[in-house]
Amino acid sequence: MRRQDVLLALALAAAIVLPLVAPGYLVEVSMLVFFLAFIGQSWNISGGFAGQTSFGHAVFFGTGAYTSTILQITFGWNAWLAWPAGAIAGAIVGWIIAVLSFRAGLRGSYFALITLAFAEAFRILANSVSFTHAGLGMLIKADPRPANFQFRDPIWFYYLALALCIVSLLIAWQLTRDRFGARLVAVRENEDAARALGIDVFAEKVKALTLSGAIAAAGGTFYAQKYLYIDPNIAFGVDKSIEMLLVTMVGGAGTIFGPLLGALALTGINEATRALASVVPALKNVQPLSLIVYGVMLILIVGRLPDGLARLFHRVQRHA
Amino acid sequence: MLEVSGVSKSFGGLKAVDSASLDVRSGEIVALIGPNGAGKTTLFATLAGFHKPDAGRIVFANRDITGEPPHRICAAGMVRTFQITQPFARINVRENLMVGAYLRVQDRGESRRRAESAAAQVGMAGQLDRLGADLTVAGRKRLELARALATGPSLLLLDEVMAGLNPTEIGEIVEVVRAIRASGITILLTEHVMQAVMSLADRVYVLNQGRMIAEGTPAEIAGNPAVVEAYLGHGAAGVLRA
Repeated sequence: MRRQDVLLALALAAAIVLPLVAPGYLVEVSMLVFFLAFIGQSWNISGGFAGQTSFGHAVFFGTGAYTSTILQITFGWNAWLAWPAGAIAGAIVGWIIAVLSFRAGLRGSYFALITLAFAEAFRILANSVSFTHAGLGMLIKADPRPANFQFRDPIWFYYLALALCIVSLLIAWQLTRDRFGARLVAVRENEDAARALGIDVFAEKVKALTLSGAIAAAGGTFYAQKYLYIDPNIAFGVDKSIEMLLVTMVGGAGTIFGPLLGALALTGINEATRALASVVPALKNVQPLSLIVYGVMLILIVGRLPDGLARLFHRVQRHA
Repeated sequence: MLEVSGVSKSFGGLKAVDSASLDVRSGEIVALIGPNGAGKTTLFATLAGFHKPDAGRIVFANRDITGEPPHRICAAGMVRTFQITQPFARINVRENLMVGAYLRVQDRGESRRRAESAAAQVGMAGQLDRLGADLTVAGRKRLELARALATGPSLLLLDEVMAGLNPTEIGEIVEVVRAIRASGITILLTEHVMQAVMSLADRVYVLNQGRMIAEGTPAEIAGNPAVVEAYLGHGAAGVLRA
């Protein structure tokens, strides 16, 4: 076994044992880390591997959250069944947005802006139509039984988030070693060269965004089941889009562990600044102190470590 | 193998390629030359599907490929390289070549093997782990060539693979191109380096201001007054002869 494999096995063992020994607070925070890593990985597939930067991934997250919630509340579906339905809805929305924008030849910042526009349009729609209960949001009736995808003990959400995170890591790992992944990277690096080498650039980008949409939507359903409440701002708000983008950029876009490292770093900062603000009276009124730190961190990362935190772990591997 | 008849391409009011025709037979090395701005790169890009021709017909391997997208043309076996090299900068040479090799195979190991054999063919076997961004100009030219080879083509379109190289490097590339032809791949190339054209090409086409003005063996072309005048200006052929 290589050293890397040993480290991974140890980390996995620690993650499995953690909720049995750690206080509830830490379990909750770690659950958030895995959840963020999962939705971050969805952004990473289209934004990191395929290089199609999106500012509006919340459109998929919210689609998943609303689809499964509406299916449960309005149509009486079981939550476990509603989950894959939400993912499929996310995939469909991803496919549609990809076909529309890539057919029109949108790239770079134009693509980023169009995704933002889609997310905003969905947010406003969810705010105004009746089947989403408009601005009131949707409350899922609490009935904490595993059969309902609701758990009395938060440990189960922790393990579920851990499992999702592992699945997302496996998907990313697969992308680093198969043809689809190689083609996405080629598209990211140089579309003309990719085209000349026989890659149907349009089709690959559509596939990437479809897959990414499905994963983000699965995250949306998870969120809805965890908190049992969603509203248009939570589901389609810019905050979620930025979160997914940020964890990936900070951790390392286009790398397997980037979103997880980024989620660890950002959640750590978030918790630390919150603790700091409660201790230091002067900081009490600097409300989201974490946002300031995020901003500084993003500037540092972009300037000093453009490949993200993941780069710290294999600095020597490249340039051999 | 490749028959181009009456292909035209304009950008706005500029006729970059004006009813150009040429044909390439299996196993040949054919050169397309012409002064700067003659339309060589435009014609190449049109053949490879990067531009849709305004008029004309392109038949490759007995199939009409006029107006087809680049990835289909590449899959049919005709691959272009870029005069301004387009490496995948942040992945290494092996990964660059594997992107090409994946056109024909899905398996990673097989793609890797093909990538490495393409690298060996152009003399890059020692640089497989270097990043695309870290290559020298000569390295990037070879990468272009190897990546196209990795797709398993039957016809290579080489757009000025020798531009910017020093005489030693040019000599090496000439040998590489010869070896590629010997391996059974047909080649159509544009080039400014005339010794290379003269020593490599079986036949030469001359493009000037978008029009095909001459066709023949290298020796015939060198003695053609229209060609000399295209390069040196009107009346130059007479002056040279005198």
